[in-house]
Amino acid sequence: MKILIVEDGKELRETLVNSLEKDHYLVETAEDFKSAFEKIGLYDYDCILLDIMLPGGSGLELLQDLKKNGKSENVIIISAKNSLDDKLVGLELGADDYLTKPFHIAELNARIKAVLRRKQQDGKDTLDVGNLLLDLNERMLYIAGETVRLNRKEFDILNYFLLNKNRLITKSALAEYVWGDHIDQADNFDFIYYQIKNLRKKLLDAQASIQIESVYGVGYKLLEP
Amino acid sequence: MKLLNRSLLYLSISFFFIIGIWSVIFYINLKDEIRDSIDDGLENNKLLLIQKVATDSTLLLQREFGGNNFEIHPIDRITALQVRDVYKDTLMYRQNEDDMEPVRILHSAFANDGKYYRIKIISSLVEEDDLLEDAFWSVVWLFFILVASIILINNLILRRVWNPFHELVARLRKFRLEKDTTAISVKTTTPEFLELQQAANALIRHSQEAFLSQKQFTENASHELQTPLAVISNKLELLLESETLNSKDAQTVAEVIQMAERMVQLNKSLLLLAKIENKQFDEPTSIGINSLLEETLTHFEDYIKYRNIEISKKFQNSITVFIDPSLARILVSNLIKNAVFHNIENGHIQLFLEGSKMTVCNAGSNKALNPEIVFQRFQKDANNNQSTGLGLAVCKAVCEFYDIPISYYYNEGEHCFVIDFTKIAKVL
Repeated sequence: MKILIVEDGKELRETLVNSLEKDHYLVETAEDFKSAFEKIGLYDYDCILLDIMLPGGSGLELLQDLKKNGKSENVIIISAKNSLDDKLVGLELGADDYLTKPFHIAELNARIKAVLRRKQQDGKDTLDVGNLLLDLNERMLYIAGETVRLNRKEFDILNYFLLNKNRLITKSALAEYVWGDHIDQADNFDFIYYQIKNLRKKLLDAQASIQIESVYGVGYKLLEP
Repeated sequence: MKLLNRSLLYLSISFFFIIGIWSVIFYINLKDEIRDSIDDGLENNKLLLIQKVATDSTLLLQREFGGNNFEIHPIDRITALQVRDVYKDTLMYRQNEDDMEPVRILHSAFANDGKYYRIKIISSLVEEDDLLEDAFWSVVWLFFILVASIILINNLILRRVWNPFHELVARLRKFRLEKDTTAISVKTTTPEFLELQQAANALIRHSQEAFLSQKQFTENASHELQTPLAVISNKLELLLESETLNSKDAQTVAEVIQMAERMVQLNKSLLLLAKIENKQFDEPTSIGINSLLEETLTHFEDYIKYRNIEISKKFQNSITVFIDPSLARILVSNLIKNAVFHNIENGHIQLFLEGSKMTVCNAGSNKALNPEIVFQRFQKDANNNQSTGLGLAVCKAVCEFYDIPISYYYNEGEHCFVIDFTKIAKVL
C-alpha cells in the first residue's frame, strides 16, 4: 500500500510518516506544491493525504489535476481550516474525505482504511480480523461464523477498534468517532467504559480471538494475538 | 447638580455681590448728589435773603424758623468774621409727621448796615431711612427679576443650545462596538460640540481598532495553535504506543495526552467563539427548535442514561426561528451539554417551550450561579476541571449575534437558562 503525504509542516509530516509506517504502509512525502505535483504525475498512490494550504499553490489545484486523471477518489484532505466551503469544493472535486486539524491518529487510520477498502474489495465491505468478521453493510458481527448481536454503539466501537488494530485509541478519539463532536467536554468518559465493558463481555462469551486492553486510563488498544 | 442649575447658582451668587456692592456705591453717590443740590439751593437762598434784607429790614427780626425756612440773630463783628459757611445734617420736629425729621442746615453770617448777623437756613432732607428702605427693596426685586430671567432664558432658549450635546450623549450611549460601524454625526455648528464629537469619534475609532485586532488575534492565535497542538497530540499518542516506554513514563505520557486534549478542546471553542463574533456564520434559514432539541438530546443519550438523568419536556407550541443552522445547533447543543454535564447523579433536566421562549432547567449544585458572570468566558465550575468554561460564552455570543436575550435564574436547586427568540421567531 503506497501512501503520499502532502503536508508542509515538517513535524506533522514526520508524525504521520511514523504512524503510518507502524501499519506497514509505504509512505512518501511532499512538502510543497511543486514536489507534490511531480510525484502525483509520476507515481500512482493508493491514498493521498492532502493539505490545502501549501507553499507554491493550493492543494485544491492538485485535486483538480488528479480529478482530470481520474485519480481523485483516494484523496483525504487534511486542513487546518474548518471551512465548509473548502470542504464542499474538495468533496466536489472528488476527494474521498475531509479531516480537520487537529485530528486523532486513530481517526486518520480509520479514514485511510476506509479509502483503501473501497478501492480494493469491490463493494464487499467487511473487516476480517482474527476469527471476527464485521459486515459493514449489514452491520453484523460474526465470530467464528456465529452471529453476535451488538447494539449500534457497540458496533461502531468495534468497527473503530478493528480499523485501528494494535494501535492506541484515546478515549476522546473514540468518543468523537462514536458520539460525534458533542461529547467533547465530557467531564469524564466513564460512560464509554460501560459500553466497552459490555462489548468485552460479548467478545469473551463468543470466544473471540481478539481482546480490548485498557491503556493507562487514557485509551484502549485492540490486541490481535 | 445639573449644569443649568450650577451655572444659575454661580450667576446668582455673583449677582448677589455685584448688585450688593453696586447698590451701596449707588446709594452713597445718590445721597451725595442730593446733598449737593440741596446745599446749592441753600446757598442760593442765602444770597437771595441777604439781597432781600437790604430792602426789607423786618426780615432781620426773624428769630425763629416758624413758617419760614430761616432765622437771623445779630452777632458781634469778631464772631461774625470767624463764621464760615457750614452745611450740616440735623433733626427738627415736624408737626405734620409728629416726629423728628432730618433737615439740611446752613450756618452763615452776613453784614447789613454795618451790623453783623448770623443766619441759619434749612431745607428739608430726604428721609434717609425711607430712601434706604425703598432702595433696598428695589435692589432685592432687581436681584430676583434677574435670577428669574436667567432661569427663564436657560430653560426656554439655552436648553435648545444644549440639544446637540444631549443627542451626542444619547448616540454614544446606544453605540455598540460590535454592531455600529459608522461614526457619530450630530447636526451642530457649535465648535465645542464639534470638538466633543470629534473626540468621541476618535475614541470610537481606537476602540474599534482594538476590538477588531483583539477578535483577529483570538482567531489567528487559535488557528496557529491548531497545527502544533495536533503535532503534540499525535506525537504523544505515538509515544504511548512505543514498546520501550516503561509503565511509569507511559502513565505520565497518558496524563500529558489528557492535558493536550483539553488544550485542543479549549482552542476549538475559542476558535468557534471568534468565528461567531467575526460573523462567519450568517446564512439564516427556518429552523424548528422542537426537533432540534429532540435531535440534540439523542447525542447525549448515553451520558444521560449513564448518569441516570431524567428528561422531561413541556413543549406547549412549536417554535420556528430564522437562524443560521450551524449557529442554531451550536446554541442548543451547548445549552443541553451544559445542562447534562453540570447535572448531578440521578438528576433531571426540564425543557420548556412556551410562546417564543425556550427554557432549559437542570438539577445541579445547591448554589445559585452569579447571573452577572455566568455567561462570561472561562467561568467554570471549580469541581469540573474538564470543562472549558466556554460553552455558555458561546451561547451568549450566538444570542448577541441575533440580538436575542439569554438569561439565567436559580430556583430551589434548579439552574435555568431562558432564551427569548421573539426577535427571530415564528411561533406556530
